[in-house]
Amino acid sequence: MRESTSFKVIRVVGLTLLTLFTLAPLYVMIVSGLKPLSDVQGAFSWIPSHLTVQPFVDIWHTIPLARYFSNSVIVSLSAALFSVLIAIFASYAVSRWNFRGKQVFRITVLSTQMFPGILFLLPLYLIFVNIGQATGFALQGSRVGLIITYLTFSLPFSIWMLVGYFDTIPRGLDEAAKVDGAGPMRTLWSVVIPAAKPGIVAVGIYSFMTAWGETLFASVMTNDSSKTLAIGLREYSTQISVYWNQVMAASLVVSVPVVVGFLLLQRYLVQGLTAGAVK
Amino acid sequence: MTATDSAVRDGRRAGKGSDRTPRRRRVAQHRWLPYLLLAPAIIFELLVHVIPMLTGIGISFLKLNQFFLRNWLEAPFAGLSNYHYAIDVNGSIGKALIWSFVVTIGFTILVVGISWVLGMFAAVMLQRSFRGRALLRTIFLIPYALPVYAGVIVWKFMLSRDNGMVNHLLAQLHITDGHTFWLIGNNAFASIVVVAVWRLWPFALLTLMAGMQSLPTDVYEAAAVDGAGMWQQFRKLTLPMLRGINQVLILVLFLWTFNDFNVPYTLFSASIPKSADLISIHVYQSSFQNFNFGLGSAMSVLLLLFLLVVTGVYLLFTSRRSRRA
Repeated sequence: MRESTSFKVIRVVGLTLLTLFTLAPLYVMIVSGLKPLSDVQGAFSWIPSHLTVQPFVDIWHTIPLARYFSNSVIVSLSAALFSVLIAIFASYAVSRWNFRGKQVFRITVLSTQMFPGILFLLPLYLIFVNIGQATGFALQGSRVGLIITYLTFSLPFSIWMLVGYFDTIPRGLDEAAKVDGAGPMRTLWSVVIPAAKPGIVAVGIYSFMTAWGETLFASVMTNDSSKTLAIGLREYSTQISVYWNQVMAASLVVSVPVVVGFLLLQRYLVQGLTAGAVK
Repeated sequence: MTATDSAVRDGRRAGKGSDRTPRRRRVAQHRWLPYLLLAPAIIFELLVHVIPMLTGIGISFLKLNQFFLRNWLEAPFAGLSNYHYAIDVNGSIGKALIWSFVVTIGFTILVVGISWVLGMFAAVMLQRSFRGRALLRTIFLIPYALPVYAGVIVWKFMLSRDNGMVNHLLAQLHITDGHTFWLIGNNAFASIVVVAVWRLWPFALLTLMAGMQSLPTDVYEAAAVDGAGMWQQFRKLTLPMLRGINQVLILVLFLWTFNDFNVPYTLFSASIPKSADLISIHVYQSSFQNFNFGLGSAMSVLLLLFLLVVTGVYLLFTSRRSRRA
């Protein structure tokens, strides 16, 4: 199809500006992470006075970054796996059966997605404190407690998306499995789950990414030993100064796993989001 | 749902066949199987949503402060006084809440509007293939893939007055003298809008790109043959065909932005400037810094009611319009 010259100009100019807007923070992140401290404490410079990887070494000693990192991995991974697993069973039931209470369940799941996290934070905090007092098991401040609170956003999203995705899988496949003598669980395992792989992967990545970036629950529900990266990175700022080069280096380090994973699995995410959300 | 219905009916009918007992057992098993499959989800829904929500509503009627934190069930009953404080425009609390609400509405409209326009623009521009398209697509999605706090913390550094890139750039371009405060005072509002858009617009792009993949190309070819220009094609074809996706997308963007906590909290920490006093931070401060948990809960409940009404009206409006179309 022919494209007019003015359209091409708009495209080049528009996309260039958007690229600069998108990449500016990434440039700052990378280049500042390679600067010595004196460079980031004065006026900004586009190019480091001399390149150094020292910030990437120092980040691990200034704060217990490795511990925060492992906390984030454990919490985000558990929350994602847990919510996907629960959601697979629930979505299979909602997508394939009619039963009493189905609409109530669907509406509950759908509506909780729109509620502000702050609505659940306070009561969960108080409930956790009470459970801790009654049983001696301190949920507040523990990783288990944080994982449970992360289900407030990952579980409804996972169920909602997977029901949409399972609905797109032809019932004929189920019927064929039934004719072959497979029970419902067998059908789920060997027909529905393989066919829904892109959707399941998408929901998993999404839950993991959201948990990895979450700060509201993490700011209240963690203590020194269970702190995640989202809260821990603040500790590079002291009363006296901010180690901006280390902050940037650490931000880069904690971003790489998520961004690489996202870009590798992007195809699934696009496919999964469209099939699940846009019906 | 019809397929499920017929599947269930088939199962029942088959139960009347010759080998009765095993089939009937299977049908009976299927009757409670969905509940069994749902059991974990129901338990956790109760645990993380239903019970906390009911508890939250309950707390909003209590005079709950840090002294009663350990045994909040014994906190004195406050009736509707928390709600009264929250919306009383003559009191300082009510005034601040309404201000925060106005700021949040302005913030949400700007962020959702700009993100949608940028996402739509880029999606249309990336619709046809050209050299470097795949690379651009990937680049544009990075802000969305980055952990929120990592992306926002870089902006915090960029916007800092003396060490920041923004002031440096503006001075180099001779736009300002390079000594502007971006994170305090009235500029803070503009700053947080820019940062939130930077983070959110890739999601609009992602969704719209996915939606455009499903559009039929022959309609565009026919329109081009009839002499429709790019703008006309966009107005008359793309927008109407994407209506369903746009309705879902805008609702989701609205809810995320309105409820957003991560971006303001990372950008300003807890000392948020008045011009950018977003509601989620405001409620957080009332609860966890001023230790007025009852008041914080009342504010949360009011927010919830507002969101329910807005979403309900939106869904009613959009579904009626698309039915008429």
